[in-house]
Amino acid sequence: MTEIDLQRHSHLIDPNLHIWGWEIPVYLFLGGVAAGVMVWTSLLFRRIPVAERSRALRWLPFATPVALSLGMLALLLDLANPLHVPRFYATIQLTSPMSWGSWILLGIYPVTLLVGVAALTGPETKAVTTWAPLRWTRLGRLVTWGRRYAQAHDHGLLTVQLGLGVALGVYTGVLLGALGARAAWSSAILPPLFLVSGLSTGAALMMLMRLGHDEHAALRRWDMVAIGVELALLLLYLLGLSTSGATSRGAAELFLGGRFTGAFWALVVLAGLLVPFALETVEGVRRLRPTVIAPVLLLVGGLSLRWLLVLAGQA
Amino acid sequence: MNQIRYAMVIDTVRCVGCNACVLACKAENRVPPGGFRNWIVTETRGTFPHLSQQIRSERCNHCTDAPCVSNCPTGASHTRKGGLVAVDPAKCTGCKACIAACPYGARYVHPEGHVDKCTFCHHRLERGQDPACGEVCPTGAITFGDLGDPDSPVSQLLRRRKHHVVKPELGLDPHVYYLT
Repeated sequence: MTEIDLQRHSHLIDPNLHIWGWEIPVYLFLGGVAAGVMVWTSLLFRRIPVAERSRALRWLPFATPVALSLGMLALLLDLANPLHVPRFYATIQLTSPMSWGSWILLGIYPVTLLVGVAALTGPETKAVTTWAPLRWTRLGRLVTWGRRYAQAHDHGLLTVQLGLGVALGVYTGVLLGALGARAAWSSAILPPLFLVSGLSTGAALMMLMRLGHDEHAALRRWDMVAIGVELALLLLYLLGLSTSGATSRGAAELFLGGRFTGAFWALVVLAGLLVPFALETVEGVRRLRPTVIAPVLLLVGGLSLRWLLVLAGQA
Repeated sequence: MNQIRYAMVIDTVRCVGCNACVLACKAENRVPPGGFRNWIVTETRGTFPHLSQQIRSERCNHCTDAPCVSNCPTGASHTRKGGLVAVDPAKCTGCKACIAACPYGARYVHPEGHVDKCTFCHHRLERGQDPACGEVCPTGAITFGDLGDPDSPVSQLLRRRKHHVVKPELGLDPHVYYLT
């Protein structure tokens, strides 16, 4: 028997680490959604000619900067010193995933905005350029110029957006996966797991919009593949922890009989993956009109996954 | 001449867990309430009546391969001359990645909005003094010095006595040693 008596009670550290609250899972979730939207809009834009795109699909690229901004706002609220945010951009720390992520986030804004304005129709562009805030700040001309540039480099921009989307999705997992001191986070499975979960939640957000029939059907098929891969990665994640040292087995135990077991299997696996997969299968086979149930469950499951993993790493 | 490599050697046979080192650190470094740069750990092993106990004064281990430094996104956590791991408050955003990365719980968020930890009292080292914890230890359990100098007291102690580090399995090359 070994008993450790620790005479320390540092704020946020003892008796259990609790440095990251709701802000980080929300940030990781919104980052994943943004990554998914980037990847799927890139693929759909290549597949569907401009004239045949639904109005919802044309406007969806703008969901990425909105989701990212909300996520970064959550991150900002978590910082002990938000005034020092410019410090992220005063350096590149090659060994720090958070430093890489900061720069990736910065690169996403112009790319997604350019992809977005390039996809708009003439009247929609006019509505944007004459939108009061843009008119007052005289940025309307910048939009017109950006649209012309983006339309000339359409293919390249979609490729860059696709690459940045994958990088963003992977980064949200690397952020936790690089923290070797925490057993529940120290797993090479987290980056691909967060990527496919981001693809699935991104697809879910898109499927909540009024997409065209073909657009929705393609997304549903891709999402079902993402759900299957996510289930496999979740099993591998738990298997990896269960077959490692005592600390890792303790982390696995949190989901296999411990305090997060009910929430994990009910919210993430059953409600967040298996039920939406079944609903999407029935919708596809029976050619039913899609409902909001599957996408909403996917979004709840994706948020729950990140919430539970952020808590588990600090348990 | 060998490169300076600061280290602390703590004699667990002498340590009585009186907390003088903790209080000295609090006073010397103006450590705020709710924060600890060093602390006492009592580890009891065995089954009654066959018990053994080790009392340790613990702090940042100033690891050579410090995960707090590699995970810091702004360069606020860095390694100074002599292998000292330090935090530059002017660069720290308080993202807490370093706290999550540290396996020793050695860091905390200072109320002024930056992460704080043991510095081996580098402000005292610059004046030629030892860290405050070592200076006040009533049993002389804490020895500080340069491992780069083979004749330094820390080098001699580590040559002569059995010793260990905390969580050696992590391979971070900590520089706080415990004599047994």
